[in-house]
Amino acid sequence: MRLRRIFFRVVMAGYTENELAEDLNQQEYRYGFVTDIASDVAPAGLDEQVIRWISEKKKEPQWLLEFRLKAFEVWKSMQEPEWAHVAYQKPDFQAISYYAAPKQSKKYESWDDVDPEMKETMSKLGISLEEQQRLTGVAVDFVMDSVSVGTSFKAKLAELGIVFCSFSEAVQEHPDLVKKYLGTVVPMTDNFYAALNSAVFSDGSFCYIPKGVRCPMELSTYFRINAGGTGQFERTLVVADESSYVSYLEGCTAPQRDENQLHAAVVELVALDQAEIKYSTVQNWYPGDNEGKGGVFNFVTKRGMCETQAKISWTQVETGSAVTWKYPSCVLKGDGSIGEFYSVAVTNNFQQADTGTKMIHLGKNTKSTIISKGISAGKSQNSYRGLVQIHAQAENARNFSQCDSLLMGSECGAHTFPYIECKNAGAQIEHEATTSKIGEDQLFYCQQRGISEEKAISLIVNGYCKEVLNQLPMEFAVEAQKLLSISLEGSVG
Amino acid sequence: MLEIKALHASINGIEILKGLNLTVKPGEVHAIMGPNGAGKSTLASVLAGKEDYEITSGEIVFVGKDLLELSVEERAREGVFLAFQYPVEIPGVSNVNFLKTAMNEIREHRGLPALSAKEFLSLVKEKSALVELDASLASRAVNEGFSGGEKKRNEIFQMAMLEPKLAVLDETDSGLDIDALRIVAQGVNTLKTSDNATLVITHYQRLLDYIVPDYVHVLFDGKIVKTGGKELALELEEKGYDWIKS
Repeated sequence: MRLRRIFFRVVMAGYTENELAEDLNQQEYRYGFVTDIASDVAPAGLDEQVIRWISEKKKEPQWLLEFRLKAFEVWKSMQEPEWAHVAYQKPDFQAISYYAAPKQSKKYESWDDVDPEMKETMSKLGISLEEQQRLTGVAVDFVMDSVSVGTSFKAKLAELGIVFCSFSEAVQEHPDLVKKYLGTVVPMTDNFYAALNSAVFSDGSFCYIPKGVRCPMELSTYFRINAGGTGQFERTLVVADESSYVSYLEGCTAPQRDENQLHAAVVELVALDQAEIKYSTVQNWYPGDNEGKGGVFNFVTKRGMCETQAKISWTQVETGSAVTWKYPSCVLKGDGSIGEFYSVAVTNNFQQADTGTKMIHLGKNTKSTIISKGISAGKSQNSYRGLVQIHAQAENARNFSQCDSLLMGSECGAHTFPYIECKNAGAQIEHEATTSKIGEDQLFYCQQRGISEEKAISLIVNGYCKEVLNQLPMEFAVEAQKLLSISLEGSVG
Repeated sequence: MLEIKALHASINGIEILKGLNLTVKPGEVHAIMGPNGAGKSTLASVLAGKEDYEITSGEIVFVGKDLLELSVEERAREGVFLAFQYPVEIPGVSNVNFLKTAMNEIREHRGLPALSAKEFLSLVKEKSALVELDASLASRAVNEGFSGGEKKRNEIFQMAMLEPKLAVLDETDSGLDIDALRIVAQGVNTLKTSDNATLVITHYQRLLDYIVPDYVHVLFDGKIVKTGGKELALELEEKGYDWIKS
C-alpha cells in the first residue's frame, strides 16, 4: 500500500466560455488519473515507531517529534466522532500508510530537474506550470510526495519578508515561527482527526506575512491524493502579522479509486492585530462513483484566530468527497475582530456532507457573517451545522447567518443544525434559512427561451450561489462555476 | 406557419383539449378567448412543450416541422416564444446574462455567430426602450422583486430581443393597469411584421382594444367553437360566454 501525493501552489488561468462548454460535456470525474512515480513509503499501520520514522525522515527537531508523540498518545485515547449526520464505514487506521516520498531525496534545483511524469500530472490537472510561472501576480510552489520541489516567485516574496513554503521547509528554516504558532489555534487535543493529523502530518504549507505587509499576489496551494487506499494528512499554517494582508487559495483533487481514501488535514490561521486573511477553498476530491463506491473521506479541521480588529474570511466551494466533515471556524478573540464564512456545498449521488462553521465571539464589538448555500442532488445528504457562540464578555457582538438549501430531485436530503449560545444580552443575532427545490418552472422558463437543460441548471445554481462565488478571486470563481456544473450534470429530469 | 389539427391533450388523465383545430399564417394576429377552464393556458403550454401535458392525438405543424417531436428548447430555437402568465423568478441570475445565454443558443441553432458584448448591449438598450423598461431592470436578477407590470413588460422585452416567429401571449393582460397594458400592447404592435405571427390568449376583450386581432376564436370545453373578426370580441364582451355555451 502506498501513499503518495502531489501538492503544489498555483492560480488557475482564466477559462474561456468555450473551454467551459467543452468541460461541461465531460461527465466523468476529470482528475481520476494516477501518476506512476516510484516512491519511498512507510509500511502500513501506526505506532510510535512509524512516527519516529516519519520525523527522522524529515530531519525534524526534537520538539516536533515530541509534539507528534504527544499527539499520538492523545489520539489513542480518543474516539472517532459520531455526532455528524453522516454514515460511513470507519477507516481502519492500521491499514493506512502514513508517509510517502518520491525516491529522489535531493531537492530539485530547477524546473528542468522535475520528473517529466510529475509535470504530466500537472498538465492533466489543466495547469501548465511553465505557463503559470510566466503569469505575473501568481506564486507557484510544487510539492510532491511530501517533498518540496521548488518555488518560484519566492525571491519576489522574500524581498517583502514573506515566507511561503512547504511545511517541512518551514520547520527547517523558520523553526521559531513554526514552534510559536503550531497547535495554538487547533490544539492536538481538539478532536480525533486533529490529533491524528498532529501525530502523522507529512507536509503542508506554511505562510508568514510580516508586519504591515500586504501580500501582492494570491498564494495558492493545490492538493492531490495520488496513491491508492490511503490517507493524506497535511498541515497548513498561515500567520499574518500585525496589519498585514494575505489572500490564500486552496484546491483539491484525487484519483478515481474503488476504495475510500482518508483526508484529515488541519489548517490554522493566525491573524494578529489588524491583520486580514482571506482563505478560499475549492474542494473537488473524488466523490465516489454513481453507486456510492469509493471516494474521499474529507475530515478536516480549519480554524482561525483573530486578534484585535483582525479579520478572517473563509470561502469554500465543496463539490467533492464521499463524506465531508468540515467546519472552518473563527475565534474572535480580539476586540472589534471580524469573522466571515461563505460556503457552497454540493452533494450528488451518494455523497454526504456535514459542514458549516463556528463563530466564537470573545472580544467586544466582534462581528460575524455566515452565508451557507447547500445544494443536494441524487441520493445525497447535505447538512449545515453551525455554532454561533457569544461569550459573556463579548459586549455588542453581532452575527448574521443565512443558510439556504436547494434540493434537486426527491431522493436527496437537506438538513440544518444551527446552534446559538448567547451569554451576553447585548448581542444581536440574526438567522435566516430557506429551503427550496430547483423549480421545474424555472427550468421550463429557461428552456422556453432556448436554453438547454444543462445550461439552465448551471445558470440557476450559479445564481443561487452568487453571494458566495462573488467572494472568490476571479479565476477561482470561474473554476468553481465549472465544477458546480459538472457536479450536478444530469441531476434533474 | 402554425397548423393544429384535431389536437387532444390531457393532464393527469383528464382531457383538456378535445379536438382543437387552428391555422395561423405569417403576419396574422389571432386572439383566443374563452371562459375559465376552457383550455386556453393548456394550449399555450402544449405549444411550448410543457411535459406535464400528454398529447393523446392530433398534430401540430410549425413552419413545416412536427412541433410535437421537438424538445422545449428546440421549439424556442425554431421561433416559438411564450410570454408567461406568471413569469418565473430566477434569483442571482441577471436578466442580461439570462438573455445573452438564450440569444446565443438561439443564434447558434440558426447558424449565426454569437453577439459581441457591445452589439448585445446596444440591442438591450434599443429593445428595453420599446417597452419602457427601466435600464436598471436589465441588470437585476430575472424577475426577482419585479412588480407584476414589470414582469409582463420584461416578457415583451425578451420577446423583442429573441425575435420569435410565433409569439404566444398567455393572459399577458392579467394584473396590468391601463398604462402598462398600453405599453405592452405597443411593444407587441411594434414587433409585428409580415413574417411573424402572434397568438393572444386572453380572458377579456380589453387587451384587444390595443392589439387588434385579425381573427378571434372562442375556446370552449377544449374546442374552438366560434371564429370571427375583431367584432366577435366585442360581442363576447357584451353578451358573455353563456351565449356561446348555449
